[in-house]
Amino acid sequence: MSTLATIMTVGFVFIAMLLSLRLKLKLERDMLIGTIRAIIQLVAIGYVLEFVFSSRHPLFIACILLIMLLVAAQNSAKRGDGIPYIFVRVFFTIMVVAAGTLAMMLAFGMLQWKPQSVIPISGMVIGNCMIVSSLLLNQMKEKAASMREEILVALSLGATSRQASERLIRESIRAGMIPIVDALKTVGLVQLPGMMTGLIIAGTSPIEAVRYQLLIMFSYTAASAMTSIILGFLVYPTLFTRAHQYIGWK
Amino acid sequence: MGSEFILELQCISKSYRTPHHRSTPLKNVTANVANGDFIIITGPSGTGKSTLFRLLTRLEEPDEGQILYLGKPLFEWHPPELRQKLHYVFQAPVLFPGTVADNLSYSARLKGNTLQTEEMEDLLRRVALPQNYISRRIEELSGGEKQRVNIARSLSLAPDVLLLDEPTSALDEKSAKHIESEIKAYHEAGHTVLWITHSPEQAKRLGSILWRLKDGLLETELVP
Repeated sequence: MSTLATIMTVGFVFIAMLLSLRLKLKLERDMLIGTIRAIIQLVAIGYVLEFVFSSRHPLFIACILLIMLLVAAQNSAKRGDGIPYIFVRVFFTIMVVAAGTLAMMLAFGMLQWKPQSVIPISGMVIGNCMIVSSLLLNQMKEKAASMREEILVALSLGATSRQASERLIRESIRAGMIPIVDALKTVGLVQLPGMMTGLIIAGTSPIEAVRYQLLIMFSYTAASAMTSIILGFLVYPTLFTRAHQYIGWK
Repeated sequence: MGSEFILELQCISKSYRTPHHRSTPLKNVTANVANGDFIIITGPSGTGKSTLFRLLTRLEEPDEGQILYLGKPLFEWHPPELRQKLHYVFQAPVLFPGTVADNLSYSARLKGNTLQTEEMEDLLRRVALPQNYISRRIEELSGGEKQRVNIARSLSLAPDVLLLDEPTSALDEKSAKHIESEIKAYHEAGHTVLWITHSPEQAKRLGSILWRLKDGLLETELVP
């Protein structure tokens, strides 16, 4: 794509801003800020990646991955406001899941150990973990409040904290998994996923692009399941004291 | 341990704080419960009756004082085990999703056991519900039926001490009388019962000892 064509893409935002102005949605300012931020962030990461790809130094790769993890954990932890040490719990979960997923991909030769492969794929996996974590925390906070009476009754019947929160954990994990399961069912029918589209535009054969897309989709499924389960089990004990007393979250 | 009391409350105090308010439902409460007592607890709303039950089952801790069960402080008991021996039946009948059978067998399943159909039928009979209710889904039950399943589920534990928080408030007169007689039979079988009620008539019908809670203080008297 030429530089002029790249600049012209901003025209799409102007269309949205004009519609917002016309319909008095009052979103113009946010759209403008969002557009400027997107340009700065993406141009910056473009240059950073170019530098990292050319240097190929493992330390730079590690730094990029660490920044991705920190931002993802920080963003997702906001959904768990009131849960003790939530940032640490989310950071740990995403780190373990992303590292595990990536290690598997490398071990089975699905991915080559080079920055051009490791960084984008890690970003996609970490981003997916972040979305799943946010969904899970949202659900857990909502259900911990709405199921308070049920949990108290279970405790009074002799349930342990784990037994009393079984339904809360199960339903929250399900909710965290639903988007990826739905995406698996409709991929290729409703939309061509971003990565596959990008590879095809860049000249990769569609069959090769599909292979990468399957790798991403299937690794997302495993990563979503692991994220939900690990984070769910790291978070639910904070609802209780050690004497199996329900204390809830603020 | 050799204690003559099944429950001993020693100088119990409990307060709740919010940013704008502080309430003290229990102030320095001392009382004993002998094995086989039937105690009626009364008092205006918000005077700590339910708080007392939460403390007795260690769903909450007192700010001061201690409670002994069979001569042992509550914190020496494993809480889930304690709550099956010293069981609190909540005022609002909260049932778990599923069928009546799922609810009746809940406590047994917690311990990896099962409840036989005959045992479940017997529990339903004790709360005056037909045997074919076993397979009913809980969303098909009326408010009164839910309360009776709630009580039946608690009876499945056969606790040493049964703590009932206005168990008949959602029931019609006939069902309420049936539950009263069932709990009386449970008491006569050697169990200890503490029952919260606002009804003086019900207090007279049931208990022999009256605990009156007011302004955080507990007065004990015999039911006339």
